[in-house]
Amino acid sequence: MQKNIILLALSALFIQPTWAENAPLEKLTVYTYNSFTSDWGPGPKIEKAFEESCNCDLDFVSLDDGISVLNRLRLEGNNSRADIILGLDDSLMADAEKTGLLAKHNMDLTNIKTANKWTDLTFVPYDQGYFAFVYNKDKLKNPPKSLKELVERKDDLKIIYQDPRTSTPGLGLLLWMKSVYGDSVSRAWKQLDKKTVTVTKGWTESYSMFLKGEADMVLSYTTSPAYHIIVEGKNQYVAADFSEGHYMQTEVAAIVKSSQHKKLAEKFMHFMLSDEFQGEIATGNWMYPVTDVALPEQFRQLTVPSKALSIKSEDVSTHRRAWTREWLNALTD
Amino acid sequence: MLLKKVQIPGLLLAGFISFFVAGALIALLAHSTTLNVSALWQDPYYRHITTFSFYQAFLSTLLSVVLAIPISHALYRREFWGKALLLKLFASTLVLPVLVAIFGLLSIYGNSGLLAQLLTKFQASLPFSIYGLKGILLAHVFFNLPFATRLFLQALQSIPEPQHKLAAHLGMTHWLKFKYLEWPHIRGQLTHVAGLIFMLCFTSFATVMAIGGGPKATTIELAIYQAIKFDFDLQSGALLALWQMSLCALLAFFIQKTMRSSRLSASYTSVKVYLFSDRKRDKCWDFFCITLVIAFVIPPLLMVLVAGLNEKLLIVLSDFYFWMAFKNSMIIAISAGFLALTLAFFILLCSRVWRMRGLHSYADNIEILATIILVTPGLVISTGLFLLLREFNHYAMLPLFIVIVVNALMALPFALKNLAEPMLHNAQKYDKLCASLGIFSGYRFYLIEWKALKIPIVQAFSLSFALSIGDLSAIALFGNRDFSTLPLYLFQLMGSYQMQSAAVVALILLLLSVGIFILTERIFHLKRVQND
Repeated sequence: MQKNIILLALSALFIQPTWAENAPLEKLTVYTYNSFTSDWGPGPKIEKAFEESCNCDLDFVSLDDGISVLNRLRLEGNNSRADIILGLDDSLMADAEKTGLLAKHNMDLTNIKTANKWTDLTFVPYDQGYFAFVYNKDKLKNPPKSLKELVERKDDLKIIYQDPRTSTPGLGLLLWMKSVYGDSVSRAWKQLDKKTVTVTKGWTESYSMFLKGEADMVLSYTTSPAYHIIVEGKNQYVAADFSEGHYMQTEVAAIVKSSQHKKLAEKFMHFMLSDEFQGEIATGNWMYPVTDVALPEQFRQLTVPSKALSIKSEDVSTHRRAWTREWLNALTD
Repeated sequence: MLLKKVQIPGLLLAGFISFFVAGALIALLAHSTTLNVSALWQDPYYRHITTFSFYQAFLSTLLSVVLAIPISHALYRREFWGKALLLKLFASTLVLPVLVAIFGLLSIYGNSGLLAQLLTKFQASLPFSIYGLKGILLAHVFFNLPFATRLFLQALQSIPEPQHKLAAHLGMTHWLKFKYLEWPHIRGQLTHVAGLIFMLCFTSFATVMAIGGGPKATTIELAIYQAIKFDFDLQSGALLALWQMSLCALLAFFIQKTMRSSRLSASYTSVKVYLFSDRKRDKCWDFFCITLVIAFVIPPLLMVLVAGLNEKLLIVLSDFYFWMAFKNSMIIAISAGFLALTLAFFILLCSRVWRMRGLHSYADNIEILATIILVTPGLVISTGLFLLLREFNHYAMLPLFIVIVVNALMALPFALKNLAEPMLHNAQKYDKLCASLGIFSGYRFYLIEWKALKIPIVQAFSLSFALSIGDLSAIALFGNRDFSTLPLYLFQLMGSYQMQSAAVVALILLLLSVGIFILTERIFHLKRVQND
């Protein structure tokens, strides 16, 4: 008898709940990162809106971050279950292109409002933003006015940033430092290391540490303060404006070549540029949309960088390992 | 060299295992075209992580072993209430999920831990940060000090009673007695214990990942993970893995040669030690040692128990993702446990035939082959297997299947260790009887093996189960929000600073791993006492 109970208990573990379904809907699988699909991210609303219009089942598979999305695709190769990958940024585009696993989008890109005219044939952008160091203006009275000042000023400022190998903001800082310092970046990394509390794996860890008061500044986006203003009604969090300009990030999506649902995938890519999707970006992903969709009032309070810095995706692809190594060696010497 | 039929499955399985491991490595190496071996060793970063791996493993081993000697000596001489339970806890640090221990240590020594809170009451702050080398050492000593203590204690308990009496007759002081009688017994275990701990620390992954704190404190094992997961640089991952494996193989070979087979069990037999000249000073010293180890090992575990019962308990228990992770963990741990047992059983069937004929080197070789996974990074195997099997990626179950296989292989050495001796005894006792009565195959298993091996089989299963349920390395690559296990779920909660929810998961994981381990030990220990 006891044996039977154990068997029953075990079998219960293996049985999946089955829901009553009329007919299996066509399924579109999108690989993306965690914060996009989280309850407070734009994912759930976008899923609902798209499913209403497509009579299909949109399935988000959430991975740690943009770099994980690309690596999961590389790992699965031609047998990937993904129809679309969403969440890479412009720095990773050339690397992703090289895998040969992505299809052309064949879309009209005239409505897209990015800093430089968007012409890429594989990737479609869905949001954009500027990296910035965010601080609490009630606590930090004299923030650095440039990246050079942040690195070189003699003070006991404590910062947190993300690992450039795992997180797209971290990679952004790597490129930002490279744009500003060029070949003498190693020394700058060493100086910055003296002010670094820790280098975290992802954005979430670092931002929570900053909010807990473990550091004075955290690497994030110029749009991050909007979250505190709109959701929490707090005005003390602001992004520091740096005179050299801010590194810019454009987040992109692409269709996977081996996808069995190409038609549906293309439909989703068009939907991505619609007002329904773009309207969720500002207050869901806390970034700027890539179309003319209206922005919330509070976004006017944000600092807008006078100059956007950017390095060509091909150059990033060529040098990314070497530059990452530069950073690693500077920190481990 | 005639083979018996009974040996064939074991041989095939051992062949499969080595094929799996080799195939996985080759799959990684063959994945890209440029093979740049020299860069690996000329690169300052790789040099740094190699020296760091050795450095932290050396320090961890030194601390664990040096502290374990006086502590085991004190425990050996003194009887006190709760000693048996304390030793049981010591045995269970082997199966304690790394992240649970890290959580416990963080809640004592972390930036907002108990110590820091106490110090702020006195207007002081923590003199150290737990992240980095200090934290790695702390965690490694936490895991290995109890382990070393138990092994030394076993060695001390093997001293025959007449020798104690003789020492008393000769009027030896404590120091002389330690020097001439007790130390040689400890020394006999020293190389093997130190070697084993060194290897465990050298290949430690989850500890370094959770508490390492950035590029400065990175070991080879973690660099393998980073190469594969961050850069998708499979070749560097495989090369680093081969590098680490060759370093470990040398060590393992050395340990295997100097090892006496002893079963891992938490049972403890008390030997009465006669203390003839017990001075106050000795009493104080022993009291100090025992208090020290209790103060070090118990609080983190207690914190996990206490902190886990907070207001987030119901919220976690009503979280869909928690139950998904729970379900996956159970499926993985149960399946991996059964698989590890089956593999161990067949391999031992094969090796014991050789042992019965006196062909020990054959038997040793097949058993070593089966323990090869100890020195192979789990992530390398799981990635390699995925690459070999990715044609079947349209089955959503593929990652689950791979994690089960890798966890089973990781638990196999422990299952082997538990079953080797009793199975050999069985053969020695019943082989001739079975031959004369014509009992074999299934009948033999049921009538002879199962009846006699019930206890070690259940022990081996609970050990494999506990190891698999706390493992973080096989799932590390495949894990995402929809396919997660309890340790991974806990890792993500700790990463996003949801400490209260993390506490709940840590508690559940502790109960599942250590709880089950101690429970089976206890049940069977009682049964054994009744039968004896």
